[in-house]
Amino acid sequence: MGYTSENLAEIAIDTPQTLAEPSVRIKNLDLNFGSVKVLQNLNLDVGKGEFLVLLGSSGCGKSTLLNCIAGLLDVSGGQIFINGKNVTWSEPSERGIGMVFQSYALYPQMTVEGNLSFGLKNARIPKEEIAKRVARAAEILQIEPLLKRKPSALSGGQRQRVAIGRALVRDVDVFLFDEPLSNLDAKLRADLRVEIKRLHNQLDNTMIYVTHDQVEAMTLADRIAIMKGGKIQQLAAPGEIYNRPVNKYVAGFIGSPSMNFLQGNIQTGDTDVFLSGDVSIPLAGYAFDGLGRSPGKAWLGIRPEHILTGAEAEAAPFNTQAVIEIVEPMGSDTLVWTQLAGERIRIRMDGQSDVREGDTITIGFHAERVSLFDEATENRI
Amino acid sequence: MAIAEIQGQSTEDVRPPVRLFRNLNAKIASIPMIMTAVFVFIGCTVWTIVHSFTKSRLLPKLDFVGLDQYERLWGTRRWLVSIENLAIYGICSLVLSLVIGFTLAALLDRKIRFENTFRTILLYPFALSFIVTGLVWQWILNPDFGIQSVVRGWGWESFTFDPLYNPDIVIFGILIAGIWQGSGFIMVVMLAGLRGIDEEIWKAARVDGIPTWKTYIFVVIPMMRPVFVTALVLITSGIVKVYDLVVAQTSGGPGIASEVPAKYVYDKMFQAQNLGQGFAASTMMLLSVVIILIPWAYLEFGGKKRG
Amino acid sequence: MADTTAQNGSEPWGPKPRKRFSRKNIMLYGTLLMVSIYYALPLYVMIVTSLKGMPEIRMGNVFGPPMEITFEPWVKAWAEACTGINCDGLSRGFWNSVRILVPSVILSIAVASVNGYALANWKFKGADVFFTILILGAFIPYQVMIYPIVILLRELGLYGGLWGLVLVHTIFGMPILTLLFRNYFTAMPEELFKAARVDGAGFWGIYFRIMLPMSLPIFVVAMILQVTGIWNDFLFGVIYTKPDLYPMTVQLNNIVNSVQGVKEYNVNMAATLLTGLVPLVIYFASGKLFVRGIAAGAVKG
Repeated sequence: MGYTSENLAEIAIDTPQTLAEPSVRIKNLDLNFGSVKVLQNLNLDVGKGEFLVLLGSSGCGKSTLLNCIAGLLDVSGGQIFINGKNVTWSEPSERGIGMVFQSYALYPQMTVEGNLSFGLKNARIPKEEIAKRVARAAEILQIEPLLKRKPSALSGGQRQRVAIGRALVRDVDVFLFDEPLSNLDAKLRADLRVEIKRLHNQLDNTMIYVTHDQVEAMTLADRIAIMKGGKIQQLAAPGEIYNRPVNKYVAGFIGSPSMNFLQGNIQTGDTDVFLSGDVSIPLAGYAFDGLGRSPGKAWLGIRPEHILTGAEAEAAPFNTQAVIEIVEPMGSDTLVWTQLAGERIRIRMDGQSDVREGDTITIGFHAERVSLFDEATENRI
Repeated sequence: MAIAEIQGQSTEDVRPPVRLFRNLNAKIASIPMIMTAVFVFIGCTVWTIVHSFTKSRLLPKLDFVGLDQYERLWGTRRWLVSIENLAIYGICSLVLSLVIGFTLAALLDRKIRFENTFRTILLYPFALSFIVTGLVWQWILNPDFGIQSVVRGWGWESFTFDPLYNPDIVIFGILIAGIWQGSGFIMVVMLAGLRGIDEEIWKAARVDGIPTWKTYIFVVIPMMRPVFVTALVLITSGIVKVYDLVVAQTSGGPGIASEVPAKYVYDKMFQAQNLGQGFAASTMMLLSVVIILIPWAYLEFGGKKRG
Repeated sequence: MADTTAQNGSEPWGPKPRKRFSRKNIMLYGTLLMVSIYYALPLYVMIVTSLKGMPEIRMGNVFGPPMEITFEPWVKAWAEACTGINCDGLSRGFWNSVRILVPSVILSIAVASVNGYALANWKFKGADVFFTILILGAFIPYQVMIYPIVILLRELGLYGGLWGLVLVHTIFGMPILTLLFRNYFTAMPEELFKAARVDGAGFWGIYFRIMLPMSLPIFVVAMILQVTGIWNDFLFGVIYTKPDLYPMTVQLNNIVNSVQGVKEYNVNMAATLLTGLVPLVIYFASGKLFVRGIAAGAVKG
């Protein structure tokens, strides 16, 4: 019965449905806008103190899901529980959540202090208590000197701190973030990202964080839920998602630059090979065990950073010659475009390598770095 | 085991609350709108249409007489004159308002100095009521003291300009006043449309060496189609309601030469105690608006769905 | 001489000449000036006529400035002009209009702003159906609805009184005002509304604490729209009130177009100008807001 912290973490990654004490539980959630099904039979458990990131491109339903959890959208079916209480039809303010928005959503006519205390006043909390909580939040977020200012007199970063503060003063267990950093410039975004992580370590709240930025997702999350078409494609720890994507969509979405794909056939026999055009790639050592079951048409995926060059490539089980078409130096790395089996592919090379367009180089990779996807279902083999 | 217990405790489903009471405040706040839409806009309109098939005179009665009222209506000379006047006034005011409105807007859009001053002068008539407009122009067009007498005073003794006293052209006298009052408004609508056009369109046209007038006709006006349609609908729905202007300027005279349908309705309902005629005439007004609105709605909303 | 030749050398010299008097500009400003004169003329004629004595008007030129300025027509129009047997001037109509205007403006804006807010932020099933009917209703000619409304008001005991007319103005102002407020509130950031809900504010709390303080401009626009519209109304005034409650426009028409007595054109013009004064003052004082009001109401309508 008693879990050690170690195996608890393992369970959280592998089998989320057995979480000891879900902080937020979503059961069979449906949401329709007219005839459009935005969320379909969605199930999700978020553990206490967990940092869960909902990741996906726009229109995948991630913000919609967050709004359902917050109570800002009426669900069409299913149930939502927060801290063991069914809140499916409760008002947002009664759910024990705090929310931070992309546009900060600060009340322009109120001072920072007024913004922080508005919710507490609505909840008829005594004045001394309000003052105490505002002071504490201001201290944590280092916005004490700004308390008397109006939002219009603040910078973007300061505004977002105040917006986080508004969630903080509510003294709740669950924080919801709706793309909180998207309106900030790149440098500020990186700073605030670290700050949110620090805040999570400090407060130990459950945090559900919506973003389309995979860097934010990878760096912040305990687990990432990748969404597409109103469904969760994969729910796992960041490393797991990167290394073991369950389908072609996830594989292509995570990683920058994104994974290269080759179309072809798997041929099983004495030696398993992947045939694409005139290229034959040996699959001995493939990291997953589904090979025997599904021979036939498939996609082969290989990440740009996993393609080897030079001597390393020559030592790899698969290697070939390739002509460089485009070189994109990016400082720390150099991105090289070439062709393999008639497909354009990208290779990530060291920033110091002095390859030029037109050069012929040796490229190669190991089969354990490869992912194969069924051409029809796009699921990983 | 512990897990199962916790889950058991938290998996009780809650049914959605009764739909009628969700969002109750918003529904209460919408009661005036719902009442207006249902009782006034639908209820009163249907009531009038139904009663246009009765022989109501002093009081509304439900003695149905079929299309009698309509037959009598279309046999009345005053109604025919009203319709003719409305058609002339409508077409002229539509064309002139659009042309003048667009031309003025285009002139004001040439990044000129004193734009605000010009716009203020061109738009102020729109702030005035039709009654004031009608009375001013009645005075200016007065043959004994107004424009006619001034020009005659300059020595052109035979000059004649007395539209309000000449049954053949009286409707144009009203038109002058109507255009004066309303074209500034159309100009503002057009100006808003012109300002909504991307600055880069103009840059592209200049780079391509297209003359300004050509850019207007072949690029800008087609791009402003929605604005023109809106202006068209605004002008038309205003035309059908024309009433105060005629009352103030000519009271329908000389004789019945400047009567309009809205005035016919009012007179039949509230002066001649012939309600049935009033209802039939107002139903015809509604019909004409519907005939204009349906193609517009089709163009505006039917087109969007396809695109 | 030497200096000028040096400056007029082959090289371009000095600031680029501005083509202020190019042919194009002369035509542009010339046209605008002519048009402006045509538009401004009636106002000018009203003013000069109202300042002349009757003998001077009979002699001559409507466009000529008064040789002898007199304010007697204004006094007469305000306090002595006759409609039927009443001879207490336009002042009665003015105060009637004020008494109609104030409650109508307040009531119509209050109803429409709350309604527009509900439509923008708290949409419920079926709301759009009623809203569509409301907007389409704005295109129905008033003449179709005026008589049944007489019956409705009579049933409510409001026919002929002040409040009946206030109600009518509220009803017919509703489509355009609701549209105006709905569009304005819809354009406000939705996240602000969501944040307020998370903060526990309800329907009225958000309206009064968040929305109202942020939407003063649109309230001013709505006020301009309503004040001019209601002040200029003639049809509803003449149908739904009794003669002693007639608004200014109705009384003005009765004064000017009365067939009895000698026509006093100077008094008529003074009365006309007096009636137009309220919307004109609002127009010239509000400037761009007036334009914004009618453009917002129109382009989206």
